Amino acid sequence: MNAFCNFLKSTIGRKVLMALTGLVLVGFVMGHMLGNLQIFLGAEAINAYAYKLHEVLPSSALWAVRLFLLASVAIHIWAAVTLTLDNRRARPSGYDADRVIQASYSSRTMRMSGVILLAFIVFHLAHFTARVVPGMQYEDPGVIEETEVPLVKKGEAVLKNGEVVMTFNVNDMMISGFQVWWVSAFYVIATGLLCMHLTHGVSSMFQTVGLRNALWRKRLDKLALAYGWVVFLGFAMIPIAVLGGILEKDPSGGLVSGVMEPSESATLAQTEQN
Amino acid sequence: MEKTMNLTLKVWRQTSANAKGHFETYKVENISGDSSFLEMMDILSEQLVEAGKEPVAFDHDCREGICGMCSMTINGIPHGPEKATTTCQLHMRHFHDGQTITIEPFRAKPFPVLKDLMVDRSAFDRIIQSGGFITARAGSGVDANAIPIPKKTADYAMDAAACIGCGACVAACPNASAMLFTGAKVSHMNSLPQGKAEKHRRALAMVTTMDGEGFGGCTNIGECEAACPKSISLDMIAQLNRDYATAQVKNFFQPVS
Amino acid sequence: MNLDSKIPEGPLAEKWSSHKFNMKLVNPANRRKYHVIVVGSGLAGGAAAASLAEQGYKVSCFCYQDSPRRAHSIAAQGGINAAKNYQNDGDSVQRLFYDTVKGGDYRSREANVYRLAEVSADIIDQCVANGVPFAREYGGLLANRSFGGAQVSRTFYARGQTGQQLLLGAYAALSRQIGLGNVKMHNRHELLDVVKVEGHAKGIIVRNMVSGEVSRHAGDCVVLATGGYGNVFFLSTNAQGCNVTAAYRAHKRGAGFANPCYTQIHPTCIPVHGDKQSKLTLMSESLRNDGRVWTPMDAETAKQIREGRLDPNQLPEADRDYFLERKYPSFGNLAPRDISSRAAKEACDEGRGVAATGLGVFLDFRDAIKRDGQKAIEERYGNLFEMYRCITGDNPYETPMMIFPAVHYTMGGLWVDYNLESTIPGMFVGGEANFSDHGANRLGASALMQGLADGYFVLPYTVGNYLGEQGVAAAGKVTTDHPAFAEVEADVKARINKLLSINGTETPRSFHKRLGQIIWNQCGMARSKEGLEGAIRDLQELRKEFWSNLKVVGGADGINPELERAGRVADFIEFGELMCRDALMREESCGGHFRVEHQTEEGEALRDDENYAFVGVWEYLGDDVEPNLHKEPLIYENVKLATRSYK
Repeated sequence: MNAFCNFLKSTIGRKVLMALTGLVLVGFVMGHMLGNLQIFLGAEAINAYAYKLHEVLPSSALWAVRLFLLASVAIHIWAAVTLTLDNRRARPSGYDADRVIQASYSSRTMRMSGVILLAFIVFHLAHFTARVVPGMQYEDPGVIEETEVPLVKKGEAVLKNGEVVMTFNVNDMMISGFQVWWVSAFYVIATGLLCMHLTHGVSSMFQTVGLRNALWRKRLDKLALAYGWVVFLGFAMIPIAVLGGILEKDPSGGLVSGVMEPSESATLAQTEQN
Repeated sequence: MEKTMNLTLKVWRQTSANAKGHFETYKVENISGDSSFLEMMDILSEQLVEAGKEPVAFDHDCREGICGMCSMTINGIPHGPEKATTTCQLHMRHFHDGQTITIEPFRAKPFPVLKDLMVDRSAFDRIIQSGGFITARAGSGVDANAIPIPKKTADYAMDAAACIGCGACVAACPNASAMLFTGAKVSHMNSLPQGKAEKHRRALAMVTTMDGEGFGGCTNIGECEAACPKSISLDMIAQLNRDYATAQVKNFFQPVS
Repeated sequence: MNLDSKIPEGPLAEKWSSHKFNMKLVNPANRRKYHVIVVGSGLAGGAAAASLAEQGYKVSCFCYQDSPRRAHSIAAQGGINAAKNYQNDGDSVQRLFYDTVKGGDYRSREANVYRLAEVSADIIDQCVANGVPFAREYGGLLANRSFGGAQVSRTFYARGQTGQQLLLGAYAALSRQIGLGNVKMHNRHELLDVVKVEGHAKGIIVRNMVSGEVSRHAGDCVVLATGGYGNVFFLSTNAQGCNVTAAYRAHKRGAGFANPCYTQIHPTCIPVHGDKQSKLTLMSESLRNDGRVWTPMDAETAKQIREGRLDPNQLPEADRDYFLERKYPSFGNLAPRDISSRAAKEACDEGRGVAATGLGVFLDFRDAIKRDGQKAIEERYGNLFEMYRCITGDNPYETPMMIFPAVHYTMGGLWVDYNLESTIPGMFVGGEANFSDHGANRLGASALMQGLADGYFVLPYTVGNYLGEQGVAAAGKVTTDHPAFAEVEADVKARINKLLSINGTETPRSFHKRLGQIIWNQCGMARSKEGLEGAIRDLQELRKEFWSNLKVVGGADGINPELERAGRVADFIEFGELMCRDALMREESCGGHFRVEHQTEEGEALRDDENYAFVGVWEYLGDDVEPNLHKEPLIYENVKLATRSYK
């Protein structure tokens, strides 16, 4: 245990933790983005996706995942803060003629991008997960017409035990959220910063765990840049599409015609229970 | 005809370790482009001495780029603007007539200023003393060819061992991290078969000393590599990270020393 | 002065092993009672301090740099010789011994040189064990090259940084002992005097170069490994801080100084560019493997080149004088250092020199590039070409390099016997600071060998022998409370105060430059009776002027580079006079010592074995008294003296 404490005390140990938690978050970000992009498939798809996330797994598992992610964020931040304090102590005064030789802008601004991202994450969770941002009371008329809509498959409502399965209208929540211009702007800026954070972070984490050399550094730097851009475009596309009127609210939740045949809906409900 | 230049120097002056420092501005004239930066500093010193003032104190010795003693930050870059060049090998032809040059000491808490541009880098010695060696007392070596070392391994060890211990990596790093220095030494010795026996112990001890001396952590931005007069690669830091993490894992299950 | 060389009896090849057997040993449990002072932390000092501490002695080590890793051994580029015969090309201890004696122009002690050749193989083993990354072949075994005109490939190397890597090996061993608490390291400390108690060296007085504090250190014996005195020339390839003070202070306290006139001038340095220069840079001799040395045939063409009116590349073959190839057809551009240097000087004396100052000759790779391609040349010398470009701003792939000889190494030094003990009992001298192994000229890649031989494999035995002879009852008996320490410390302080109180008008650097001019002109590559006599007068004059017109700003406390330089220059001026006296005394030409009066009709060095086959050892008698010359005859039982011929 003592050995583990020493590891945590060391600069390298904390960096390794940052890299590992970073890796978790990098993976999460990609998954989250792919999930979000389903909005382009229509309300049916995105709502079904949200339904699966919430209802398929037992809520304890969902919370376990959430806590794991939260812990990763917390450890990532703790390591960043303590290392930053150590680093400040190590270099109390800078140069009068301060010059950068080769370090990229993104690598030098990890703390700035990190802090803004943290603020964004808090806002984002309040906005879309806890739904407590003042002035955006989602139940208010005019914000989301229908908060509960039927779960839809192939244009038909899904039945379970003879009743229509209802789900939260994520599609409308996102679209109404992004119709507020400054929310969208913040979202685009934040994902831009995320892109910057990743272009350094994704390559840097390989260095920290010792799996990088001069040859792979070039490759990983390119990979990180590509990853960052993919994430940025993937996320930023949605608010832009909303503001551009490409994505629109759908109070029906994607319902095209009546109710699904019981046999089919039973299979769906069954798979969902598994 | 040889081109000469007149320069304005903004130099950090600090009478002793505890004194408060400040910048002073001097003019030097008719500097030859063939002079080294330190020769230009000599000219400034002679000028000051002739005026009855104390010359600027700075560290220097071999003046051929190998001893690692010279240490000053020129226009914000340790050892100045030329790549892979120590201050003593930096020539004035890389500056232009009328230029203002800011000269500061290496800045890092573990490198306290002793006077003017001189800093105390003995923290580096202490890192080496804690593990930067292979335990082999004089007379105990087996025949030098008894253990073949692949050329690639020997070349890699030499790349790492080229470090001159000047401290430019620390000075260039906004965190005053000594990872490149420590990484170079660990990589040099851990990669050779002779150094394998103490591999884990070495990594643990040297990193503990490095942190204890007050150097900051690495943020992988690469300023150290860019400032290094011997172009020591960031690969050495990757190896240090790897060797240290492995050593910690081993140490967790079974103490390595 | 007793010059008993203490060469052991018996056949040459058995001397060292029988001597090791006959030497006294100290019981391991008693070793920690002895305190050894080592001054200098280069190859000899660093290795000796580490090895003695490994054996169990308590060691204090001193260096003027901010870290022992910076000692000037670090600057050696080429390599280190060892009689390993890994190349199966006929090398042996016997051959390395013979080559070294011959290369030294038959002015070194056979027994010492043989021992050096004998332990050379152990050095390589030790260095590899310590992690020195020598160059290797694809099979993983060590690579060798031929160096400095040797006929066998016995030189081990680590790129162009062999000295650095060897020093880092010794530094690592030393650091380990410092970490274990067996060595107390004193960085940024300068030796200012030696303390003798009852005739034996028992301590030193040093100045802390940061605080200015002068302090006493007592020990059971003192090892000086303080390097050479090349900086007496002001411009040399030595580091700025290299000085003769430790050796000269010891000399003044009774240590004989041997062969001070033997200095080595290295042929391939970058020419001087102007009067503000502080240092000359050496480029590896290996360049001469492919580069051709030449100057224009006539002075007029040379003048046009100097003034930039003629591109040397345009000069037709017939107007070029490849003077080394012409004079020494069999060795050509690879002729030994002293011979190549002198040939370059002669060409410049005839007005055929190039470079802005007229002091330079071409080292041309045009033909090699044509023959092997630029890529091959780049692989061989890329880093050297880059260094040249960095310093001069010229591209040597396009315009021929220019080189000129510069002072590089000093073979002379404090006299030592076979045990490396000076004429002061208990004072040992290792590395370049002693005179021991190179005679009148050192072969390439032998300096590193000697430094490490002394440090790893000779001093650890002979120091133990001395301590054993003194007996354990004497261990640690002398402390800094002894009146001798107070006395010497008072001398040191008085001298510092004197330097600070002259309040004249001329700076230490200016005196140093003037000293260098005198020595370079009169005691450099060619020396004459008249010139040397004039130089001695000039130096006496300079000394008077120094002590009446010196200007040192700052005080005795704290960091004061001007005070440091003043103290060193004061010793250099006195030492320069000793050097000139030695050169004047030696009425022959040998190795690095060339007297214009003693040369063959073809201008080659003319040795006088009948009258000068001895070590000239000088005894200090007083400031204004001529020193006394003692002679240690050199007896050659195994090598036949012959004229060195490289034709």
